[in-house]
Amino acid sequence: MSLVLKAEGLWKSYGQKAVLKGITYTFSPNRIYALMGPNGSGKSTLLRILSLLDPADEGRVIYTDGASTPLEHDIALRRRITLLLPDIGLFNASVLSNASYGLRVRGVKGKEAKKRALKALSLVGLEQKHRQNALTLSSGEAQRLALARALAVEPDVLFLDEPTASVDAENTGVIEKIILEMKGRRSIILSTHDEAQARRLADVVLYLKDGLIYEG
Amino acid sequence: MDFLADALRQALLLLVSPDAELLGIIALSLAVSGSAVVAATVLALPFASVLAFKRFPLKGGLLSLMNTFMGLPPVVVGLLVFLIFSRSGPLGFLELIYTPYVMVIAQFILAFPIVTAISHSAVVGVDPAVIDAAKTLGATPFQKTITIFKEARYGILSGVMAALGRVMAEVGAVLIVGGNIRGYTRVMTTTIALEADKGDFELAIALGIVLLAVSLLINSVLYYLQRKGKRQ
Ligand SMILES: Nc1ncnc2c1ncn2[C@@H]1O[C@H](COP(=O)(O)OP(=O)(O)OP(=O)(O)O)[C@@H](O)[C@H]1O
Ligand SMILES: [Mg+2]
Repeated sequence: MSLVLKAEGLWKSYGQKAVLKGITYTFSPNRIYALMGPNGSGKSTLLRILSLLDPADEGRVIYTDGASTPLEHDIALRRRITLLLPDIGLFNASVLSNASYGLRVRGVKGKEAKKRALKALSLVGLEQKHRQNALTLSSGEAQRLALARALAVEPDVLFLDEPTASVDAENTGVIEKIILEMKGRRSIILSTHDEAQARRLADVVLYLKDGLIYEG
Repeated sequence: MDFLADALRQALLLLVSPDAELLGIIALSLAVSGSAVVAATVLALPFASVLAFKRFPLKGGLLSLMNTFMGLPPVVVGLLVFLIFSRSGPLGFLELIYTPYVMVIAQFILAFPIVTAISHSAVVGVDPAVIDAAKTLGATPFQKTITIFKEARYGILSGVMAALGRVMAEVGAVLIVGGNIRGYTRVMTTTIALEADKGDFELAIALGIVLLAVSLLINSVLYYLQRKGKRQ
């Protein structure tokens, strides 16, 4: 099932400083959006609000699937979307256990969870390391594991906050290929500082400037 | 010198072929302190998580109280528990005074703030990104809490071991509330105090060696846990 995501007048301030000043935008299902903007422009802030990790001060995040009534922001909806965090947040556990986390909290049983997690790991080339402790991975491997962990839950909407930051050219290629292979199958909203990457991956490139969003 | 060497030799002999009394004392020590720490942990973990994640008035006060109570003097706790459970005390009708049960209660009071305070700092020390990750990967609030405790496991276990080390070694509280009754409420520390007082050193030294070994073991586990925890 595909989800339509609408941002309606989103405001967010930290202290006196308004970071988002009334963001309104409709994200169509199964398309790839790249979000650009200078450091501190509010990309991460917006992704956290859209992925329901943080609340906005004002405005609404509306998810709909076919019917016109917005879906509740409940656990069922939250389990259809996920965010790859810029600071990753791997669990102090094996690579496999990280990859299967989202499946296990959804009640997927041991064997099945393992099978699906291993499949996600093989996408990012980490199935050989599934027994290793995740905190001992290199930063590029850690980034790939975080991606595998997000892919394992097969989200309808996938948010990626700088998915290739601190990743070398080869791994960037791997990650970009995975993103492109999902094109048309799920909604992806990613932030990046790399204009060329945005062009390579996205159907729509968006710019955040002075708290507002522009199509480019 | 002769006398010391002789006492030590007797003690070692006793350790090599321990009698029922020695074994009984060691078993009671482990049972009392173990139950106290298990009970303290079971109650301290939810309490620590409330302190870590909920906002409420007096939270700061409760936290500093827990930190202060980590160093409660065992004799004072013993006195307090004695006053409450003695025949004429408010809970005297339970007839628990001079039983192992009231010893567990006294040591529970000593252990609870230690497990709470150390678990609390372990839990609030968990990387916020890990908590975000749990949430965005679809954990319910309860599943998220479990994940946070798992991440903090080494810190929490350090707290449990620190509490165990403290109550195993204390003498004041169990002496006052347990009464040091032979074959019933006599634990390692109270026996050492009594036997040394009587001038019977062989049992005292044997128990002293066991106590040292236990404390060495606890500290090795602590050291291991802290190293494991640091690797994160
Ligand atoms: N928790 C917070 N408390 C205070 N200020 C914050 C907080 N989170 C973000 N900010 C501020 O909000 C602004 C936007 O931050 P955000 O992380 O969204 O920017 P960004 O576009 O993702 O930047 P970057 O490209 O560096 O990742 C920044 O000025 C930042 O300092
Ligand atoms: Mg950012």
